[in-house]
Amino acid sequence: MRHILRRRELVVDDWRYPGEEAAEGEPLIVPLAQLKDGLLQWQRRSGPLGARLGPVDLVEELVPLLPRLALVALEFPNPGDGRGYSQARLLRGRLGFRGELRAVGAGVRQDQAFLLTRCGFDSLEPAPGVDLEAVQRALKRYDVAYQPGAPQVELRRQRFEEPQVRTLRQ
Amino acid sequence: MYRYDELDQALVDQRVAEFRDQVRRYLAGELSEDEFRPLRLRNGLYIQRHAPMLRIAIPYGLLSSQQLGTLGAITRRYDRGYGHFTTRQNLQLNWPALADVPDLLAELARVQMHAIQTSGNCVRNVTADHMAGIAPDEIDDPRPYCEIIRQWATLHPEFTYLPRKFKIAVTGSPEDRAASEVHDIGLQLRRSAGAIGFTVRVGGGLGRAPMIGQVIREWLPLGELLGYLEAILRVYNLHGRRDNIHKARIKVLVKSLGIERFRDEVEREWAASRAHAPQLTPAEVERVRAFFRPQPYETLADCDATLGREAAFQAWYRYNTRPHRIPGYRAVLVSLKAHGAVPGDMTAAQMEGLADLAERASFGQVRSTHTQNLLLADVPQRALYELWRELTALGLAMPNIGTLTDMIACPGLDFCSLANAGTISVARQIQQRFDDLDYLYDLGEIEIKMSGCMNACGHHHVGHIGILGVDKHGEEWYQISLGGSANGFTALGEVIGPSVAQHEVAATLERIVETYREVREEGERFIDTVRRVGLTPFRERAYAAHPAAA
Repeated sequence: MRHILRRRELVVDDWRYPGEEAAEGEPLIVPLAQLKDGLLQWQRRSGPLGARLGPVDLVEELVPLLPRLALVALEFPNPGDGRGYSQARLLRGRLGFRGELRAVGAGVRQDQAFLLTRCGFDSLEPAPGVDLEAVQRALKRYDVAYQPGAPQVELRRQRFEEPQVRTLRQ
Repeated sequence: MYRYDELDQALVDQRVAEFRDQVRRYLAGELSEDEFRPLRLRNGLYIQRHAPMLRIAIPYGLLSSQQLGTLGAITRRYDRGYGHFTTRQNLQLNWPALADVPDLLAELARVQMHAIQTSGNCVRNVTADHMAGIAPDEIDDPRPYCEIIRQWATLHPEFTYLPRKFKIAVTGSPEDRAASEVHDIGLQLRRSAGAIGFTVRVGGGLGRAPMIGQVIREWLPLGELLGYLEAILRVYNLHGRRDNIHKARIKVLVKSLGIERFRDEVEREWAASRAHAPQLTPAEVERVRAFFRPQPYETLADCDATLGREAAFQAWYRYNTRPHRIPGYRAVLVSLKAHGAVPGDMTAAQMEGLADLAERASFGQVRSTHTQNLLLADVPQRALYELWRELTALGLAMPNIGTLTDMIACPGLDFCSLANAGTISVARQIQQRFDDLDYLYDLGEIEIKMSGCMNACGHHHVGHIGILGVDKHGEEWYQISLGGSANGFTALGEVIGPSVAQHEVAATLERIVETYREVREEGERFIDTVRRVGLTPFRERAYAAHPAAA
């Protein structure tokens, strides 16, 4: 049983990866390459579908699939590889993805947690053995920021905003 | 100057708390050395030869006298009573104990300072022209835009784990005193039909494979600044190389794609993501700009401050002061290049003394320059003589700005674990050989820039004379280049020939400048002679151990 953080809460992961035991209709996360190979098969599958991308994958490739996807998982193989932050911003920004965005891998740790959630990740799946409660606590290290970020991270103050947010508030 | 509001202060305080926890976890064994490294680097902490090195940010080189005084006190309390100013306008401490660093940072935070992003693969301290706001040739003061960029870049959620470090410089004058063309992004302020904007250059940088930045956009309106920076950073973050540290800077990506393709990528990303880019509103620009209004100058007339004064003062006035936009004022360069001292080093007593002088004579502000000197920007001409006497007493009035001994040098092998060769002993050797001020004045304007390794912290590629320390079978040797320049007419120097042994450096330089004295035309600067006659005469003479008597 795998635990993850979803929207700041410690929960049991209800998603499965290929190779893990999954009942018919259970939520499944499929690597992008596999997804592209058997597109029709995956689209016909019942139950929620997720895609998993590595740092070199182009998020633009997901565009035709996005309406079918309930989750996108982006890999962080180590803490220094920051490509996933930009992939997330693209998905949440101009690609308009509103499903679950998950950060997964050895690069997902307490010291990255706040930045990850501000880029739009709403679930964090660190490497096995990582203290999830420490990650959860780390989300509260900052209550201010300069840049615009995901609305689900509540901040006391923020300096710069996105134009769309401003329009809404006016 | 900019003063923190509650948001700025909270963010820095929260960063100190976070770093304190990171240090605690490392010391408790919860973080391995490898895990701790990227965390401490993002807060300016290196592990060096003798001890940790802490690099403190001085955003665009601007310090209040209170901040400078605090830095002096901090070097006494946590270090060995001195600090080292860098070519990126920051201050480095060489001897803090790791366990003390969180307390040190908390003291800095109390005077609105920090060490955030002074190292690591993230956006570094934004640098600017040290003459900002007072230069007679200025289009607009770059500092408000630097401060806006500083805030935007600080703990940026998307760009804290870039392929490699990222440096931005802003210049507000046609004469580029910020070396903006050798930065990852160089912004040159422009005014068009009353509106403020920038010419944007990208892909400049020194280090291995030095390159001059290329124009990616001739005109970027001010309001679009942050969105456009994000587009550049996003393309770089996604596509910059991460497999080889030596090919990870943005300049390598720009070169491999070509500037046209890189521009297309950025413009496409900018257009597509504009609706989600951080907004820079006119109100915010105005808020920040209000902190950089001109000082409350007195109405004064220009006077001849040197009239009837001794020759030593006249020399200092000529070499260490600069014209000011406002009548009756002068800008004063405080030389950190006294002969016998380490270039860029400053003692606690000097920091505290200068803080006091700035308080009395220059509106309580001091600036650091990318040439490792300091500047009192707004000194009434009538106060210059008294100021000179006090600077002299502090050992800060060496009248050598712009001359050969006003050299730039990185800390080198004595402190830095990356270096191949020492720079401090070579600087001393040069100071000893060129100790005659009349000779220095006769040579005129010559920039020596020295790095202890090819990472080029001493900017050797853009020195009129560049000196690069190399390791040759465990010995320290030095490669000499000529013809580099970073202001206005940016050029990379050319290596003149084989490297020379350490004890030969100053003697080789002497043969080079003697060649200049022989072939120069009336009033011709060293760099112009090099450009006119080329390297050959210098090369021939540099390696002649026993030059024929002329």
